[in-house]
Amino acid sequence: MKIDEARNYHKIDAVIVGAGLAGLRAALEVAKSGLSAAVISKVYPTRSHSGGAQGGIAAALANAGEDSLESHMFDTIKGSDYLADQDIIERFVNEALKTVYEFEHMGVPFSRTDDGRINQRPFGGHSSPRACFAQDITGHVLLHTLYEQCLQHNVLFFNEFQVLSLLVSDDVSRGLVAWDIREGGLHIFHARAVLLATGGYGRAWKVTSNAHANTGDGVALVLEAGLPLEDMEFVQFHPTGLYKHGILLSEAARGEGAYIINDKGERFMKTYAAAKMELAPRDIVSRSEQTEINEGRGIGGKDYVYLDLRHLGRKKIVERLPQIHDLALNYLKVDAIDEPVPIQPTAHYSMGGIPANVRTEVIKDAKGTVVKGLYTAGETSCLSLHGANRLGCNSLQDAATFGRIAGIHMTEFCRKNAFSQLPAKPLAVAQGKIDRLWQGQGKERHAPIREELQVNMTKYMGVFRNQDDMLKMLAIIKELQERCRQVTVDDRGGVFNLDLIEALELENLLSFSEVIVEGALARKESRGAHFRSDFPKRNDGEWLKHTLAWRRDGKIALDFSKAVVIYPQYQPQERKY
Amino acid sequence: MAMIDISVKILRYQPEKDEKPHWQVFPLTVEDEFTILDVLNEIHWKHDGTLAYRRSCRSSICGSCAMKVNGRNVLACETPIHRFGKKLKIEPLSGFDIIKDLAVDLEPFFAKLKRIRPYLILDKPLPDKEFVQSPGQLEAIGESTLCILCAACSASCPSSWPNQDYLGPAALLKAYRFIFDSRDDGADQRLEIVNDKNGIWRCHTIFNCMEACPKKIKITEYLSRLKVKVVENSL
Repeated sequence: MKIDEARNYHKIDAVIVGAGLAGLRAALEVAKSGLSAAVISKVYPTRSHSGGAQGGIAAALANAGEDSLESHMFDTIKGSDYLADQDIIERFVNEALKTVYEFEHMGVPFSRTDDGRINQRPFGGHSSPRACFAQDITGHVLLHTLYEQCLQHNVLFFNEFQVLSLLVSDDVSRGLVAWDIREGGLHIFHARAVLLATGGYGRAWKVTSNAHANTGDGVALVLEAGLPLEDMEFVQFHPTGLYKHGILLSEAARGEGAYIINDKGERFMKTYAAAKMELAPRDIVSRSEQTEINEGRGIGGKDYVYLDLRHLGRKKIVERLPQIHDLALNYLKVDAIDEPVPIQPTAHYSMGGIPANVRTEVIKDAKGTVVKGLYTAGETSCLSLHGANRLGCNSLQDAATFGRIAGIHMTEFCRKNAFSQLPAKPLAVAQGKIDRLWQGQGKERHAPIREELQVNMTKYMGVFRNQDDMLKMLAIIKELQERCRQVTVDDRGGVFNLDLIEALELENLLSFSEVIVEGALARKESRGAHFRSDFPKRNDGEWLKHTLAWRRDGKIALDFSKAVVIYPQYQPQERKY
Repeated sequence: MAMIDISVKILRYQPEKDEKPHWQVFPLTVEDEFTILDVLNEIHWKHDGTLAYRRSCRSSICGSCAMKVNGRNVLACETPIHRFGKKLKIEPLSGFDIIKDLAVDLEPFFAKLKRIRPYLILDKPLPDKEFVQSPGQLEAIGESTLCILCAACSASCPSSWPNQDYLGPAALLKAYRFIFDSRDDGADQRLEIVNDKNGIWRCHTIFNCMEACPKKIKITEYLSRLKVKVVENSL
C-alpha cells in the first residue's frame, strides 16, 4: 500500500503542535481563512499549561493608570537585561492591545473596573498597572475561550498524540510523525506548514511550577532535526513557588500588595531593590530570596521564606486571589488570610527555545536562514522577546500575539506553496524510538534516571551557578544519557501507554538539558536569570549576544548572534530597580 | 513528615489482556503528606509501569486527574491521602467507557460541550475597544468560568449514568455561562438546545455535581436559574 493511502496518513494545510495559547491562536487564524488546520496535543487542549498562568496578560490599555507603548517597550527591554531583540519587542507592544481587545470580543471574562472596562493590576518590572486580569485565573479563561473559538471554527483536534519526529530535510519542513497515545500506532501528518508551540522545558528541574507535560518535546525535536536552539541557558526561577511543591503562587499576590519576609520578619527586598521592592523583576527577587536563605535568614534557618498576604484582608484575598488561597490551603494547610505562606524559587519559564524571526519562521543559523514551512511561537520559541529574563504577564501576551502572527504567516505560506514531498521512509525515525524501548534488552527504567536529572538540575543549575557545579552537572547528564540508552519499559501495549510516553520524554529532557549546561558554561557573565557567582557582572562588550547551539556528532556546537539593539534611547545601561 | 503504610486498591483494566475490570491491591510505604497523585506516581514509577492515568498541572487547574477515590470524585493532584485514612480505593470516573485503568473516554463529554455552542454569539458590531461590562454583570457568570472541564460533575450525576444523550452538568453550566453573559446575543439559540428532555429538564436537582465539583461551583443553583430562564423565555 502506498503511504498516502494508509489510514494513519493525514494531509492537512497547517499542522500545529501544542494546544496552549500560541497553538490555539495560530490554529484559529488559519481555520478562519478557510484552510485546514489541525492541532496535535499530548493532552486535551484545555489541559495545556497556559491554563496555569494566573496573574494577567500585559497590554498598555491605560485603564487603571497612565501608560504607553513606549513604556511597555522599555520595561520589557530593561527586564530582559538588554538581551531581547528590540525589533521583536516593538512588534509585540504594537500588537498587544489588539490581542487583548480581540480576546474580550471573544468573550473572555476579564475582571472589570467600576466603569466596566478591563481591569489592570501592577506586576513586577512594569512601571504602570498593565496586567489585564481575570481574578487569578487569567490563563485558564484565555485558554478555554480560545479552545471554544477553535471548536466554532472547526479546527481539527488530534488529542493525546505525541510527536516523535519532524520531517525536515534540505531546509524544508514536510510534516511530522506522531504516536496516537489512546489507540497506539504512528500517524503521518503531511503538511504545507508546521507550527511548533510545545511550551516550556521546566520539567528538567525537581522544584518546578511546570506541568508534567512540559518536557521540552519541541526543542528536543528541533535539535534532533539538526537545527539549532537559542539562549537555552536562560531559565526563569519564579520567586513564589509553594514550598517543596514548586507550584506557582502568582505574582498577582505581590501585584495586589503582598510582602515577602525573612526569618526576622523583614521585607528584605529593601536591601536589593529599594524602589520596586517585591515588584522587582523575578530574576532579582529570586536571587534576593536565595541569598537570604543561603545566609541563614530563611524561616527557622530553612530553605524557604514567607509570602505574606495577611494585611490584604479576607475580602481582597477571596475576591482577587482565590486560587492562591486555595492552593496554599490544599497543599500546605496554610490559610493565607491568617498565616504567611512558605515559598521558595521554582523553575518556571524558558526564555530560550527554537530560534525564529519576527514572522515566527524558524531559522537555522546566525545569518537568519529560514527553514521553509516551519514556524514556532509561545514559550517554546525564542524570538527573542524576553532576552535574559521575562517580565510577568508578557508570556500570555507573547503566546497569543505571536500565535496570531504565526497563523497569519502560515496562511500566507500555505496559499503560495504546494505540499513538499515526504521522505522515502517517513516513519523510520519514530518507529526506531518505539522499537528500542519495546525490543531493547536493557534493564534501566526511566523514572530513577529522570529523578536524578531533576534533583541535580535543581542543585547545580538553579538561581546561582558556577563552573564547578556546571561541570559536575554536565558529567551527570552524559552518564544519564548513557543509561537512558538502556531503558526499556514495563508496558508493551499500544493503548494509553504512559510508560512509553514518559520514557520518550526522558530522552527529550536529557537532550536539551545538555544544551542548557553547555550554553551556561560558555556564557562567562551574569545576565538576567543566568547568574554566575564566578562571573557576577554583566559583560556587554563580549556577551550582548544570543547563544545558538546544535547537536553535531554527539557534541554540542555553539555559535553566537548579536542582540538587536536599534533604538539609541534603549542602549544597555545599568539595571537597577 | 513521617512514613506510613497504606493499602491502595485500584480498579485495573488493560484492554489488550483483560476481559473486564478487576481490583489490584498495592501495599505501599509512603510519606504521610502524599497526595493521591503522588501515590499513583509512586506505583507507576517504582512498582508497575503499566498503570495508566491522566495528570498534568498538579495544581488543580488543568482538570486531567479527576477520578473516584473511596467513592468520591476528586482531583488526584490536590487531594491529600490523609483525607481518606490508610485504605484507598481508586477507580475511574463513572459513566464513561474505560480506555485503560483510570483513563476514561472523554470524547462524548467534549462533544456535548460543542453542542451548546460554547462561544459568544454577537448580533451587534464590535466596539473599537472592549465591550462595557459592569462588575455586577460579570458577577453573574464569574464563578461559572472557573470550570476546568474535569468531568467530576457529569460522572457523579445519576441522570447522566443511564442516558448518554443527556447534556450533563458541565455542558449545561457552559450554556449558563454564555446565556447569562451580558455581551452575548445567542441566548435564544442556546435556550432552544437546552429546552429538551435530554437538556436542562433531565437535571433533577440532585446536587451530586455540586458536591463533586473541585472548584466548588454552585452548579445546581446555576442550572436552576437556567430552568427559570427557559420558562421565562417561552412565556
